[in-house]
Amino acid sequence: MADYNRMELMLASASRLLENGSIVIVGTGAPCAAAMLAQKSHAPEMIILFEAGGVGPKLPTMPISVGDSRTFYKGIMATSMDNIMSMLQRGAVDTCFIGGAQIDEYGNINSTIIGDYYKPKVRLPGSGGANDIASLCWNSICMTVHSSKRFVKKLDFLTTPGYLDGPNAREMAGLPPDTGPRYVITDLCIMGFDIKSKRMIVNSIHPGVKKEDIISNTGFDLLWNKDLDITAEPTEMDLKILRNEVDPHRYIIGRVNL
Amino acid sequence: MKAGLTIKILKKGMGPLFVPPNPFKFREIQRNKDRSQRKKITSVSKAITDYVKNGCYIASGGFGTNRIPAALLHEIVRQGKKNLGFAGHTSTHDYQILINGKCLDRVDAAYIVGLEARGLSKSARKAHQEGLIELCEWSNASLAWRLSAGARGIPFFPTYVNIGTDTFNYSAAYIIECPYTKMPVALVPALNPDIALIHVHRADEAGNCEIEGILVADQDLAAASKITIVTCEEVVSTDYFRKNPERTTIPWLCVDAVIHVPYGSYPGNMPGLYFSDEEHLKKWLEMEEDEDLLEKFLFEYIYSTKNFGEYLEKCGGMKRLEELRKQELLE
Repeated sequence: MADYNRMELMLASASRLLENGSIVIVGTGAPCAAAMLAQKSHAPEMIILFEAGGVGPKLPTMPISVGDSRTFYKGIMATSMDNIMSMLQRGAVDTCFIGGAQIDEYGNINSTIIGDYYKPKVRLPGSGGANDIASLCWNSICMTVHSSKRFVKKLDFLTTPGYLDGPNAREMAGLPPDTGPRYVITDLCIMGFDIKSKRMIVNSIHPGVKKEDIISNTGFDLLWNKDLDITAEPTEMDLKILRNEVDPHRYIIGRVNL
Repeated sequence: MKAGLTIKILKKGMGPLFVPPNPFKFREIQRNKDRSQRKKITSVSKAITDYVKNGCYIASGGFGTNRIPAALLHEIVRQGKKNLGFAGHTSTHDYQILINGKCLDRVDAAYIVGLEARGLSKSARKAHQEGLIELCEWSNASLAWRLSAGARGIPFFPTYVNIGTDTFNYSAAYIIECPYTKMPVALVPALNPDIALIHVHRADEAGNCEIEGILVADQDLAAASKITIVTCEEVVSTDYFRKNPERTTIPWLCVDAVIHVPYGSYPGNMPGLYFSDEEHLKKWLEMEEDEDLLEKFLFEYIYSTKNFGEYLEKCGGMKRLEELRKQELLE
């Protein structure tokens, strides 16, 4: 068995969800690392987009900003945010990654404030492009740390739409049909969303993690898949690519708190 | 209008609309403008003195730490401009500078406070947590499309973003029943800022500009704004554009002032020329941890410097800039 940490496991898990030939919009950090791993392993034809205008770069290193020069290095196109967001809005982009300070059982996300809106305990950056990409992409994937502070019953602010308040709510509100969050990858497990109730359901538990760990770190009742899996470990090849090519400085995989 | 031909408003955001759309007023401004290819070369201090008045609404081009008009932002702080409105569109270090200068009192917020993976600006957080700045929420796409509508001379832009969320509830958008599809669609209001500040690779004296790499929202921003101030890495002759007219990213028509400021995006990244100075950005974030340290830091780097060139010298001058050039070119 390979020796790996939980971030490496999360990145390898996220990477497996990305299909060759698909178009994926990412931010910096973990999502970008997962996309780079996919591109350097099973998905060489996958196209990476960045919201500031980068299309299909051959990423030489991990970008620091969603708009820095790396995001269009040897790219197919360097364009505008309008063009990128329009690609998403007309249905041409498969998958996006999102994260945030809080997530609820329907996959809605808060990245705006903690506390009261007009007198916040903490002011956070706001939507950025998160609301846009999660509204418009066919699939969204959330990568986040699993804690009861993050996995809450009620968000302080709904910045970015998951399934809102349940089945059919996205469509009723007017969001494009057949879109929404598909997976939530944490340091404890991989979850999906129940087809009927649109509530979060645990599909696989990471090796060594107990069911109770997940329950005690989640602020709402989770559903559990009847055929609960153990998450596949990263392969030797995954680890080699992550450590040598994707993140040699260990910016992401070296994070101690995860 | 006949009964039965009204459009149904389904929802209205409760956020403040700082700059209400007025396309016909904007047309009048264009009509009365000197649209000749006159020379517009000026200085940073004169441009900010002449155009940026206390209370006006400004917007900054680029993407937070990439191709930002840093020299112009410093000058706004140096001149002590107050009560400015701001389009917080993908704003990071640009926001940090203006917040440190206590220049802002109202902000259209899509992305503020953070510097992406580098962390959060403590003074920006504090300003918001104390309720010093009035906010209206948007997302990067909705704010970019507000500028698109402003640039197109129309009052709003229809979109499917922000729907169903508090981002919408705290915005100044509407959701209507679309007369064509009979489905809900959000309308975001056109935004025509008083002033746009943009840094570009090349410009001629009349204000024709070339940007290399991603454009972010700068073509729309320049066209949507009543006044656009451009700083450039290089001043070129108009022949440069006439030989290859596709080079013109922003035409003279949308530009009111041109200033030659080499390294004008520092400590931000400038595609093809220099990478972001991550050490300086880190230091800036660290200084914000302590108000006294921040005051000294701002005095040293902005208030006591005469111009942006002096700031560059204090940050390591050509030696540091050469290192950043190598980083950018992956040498």
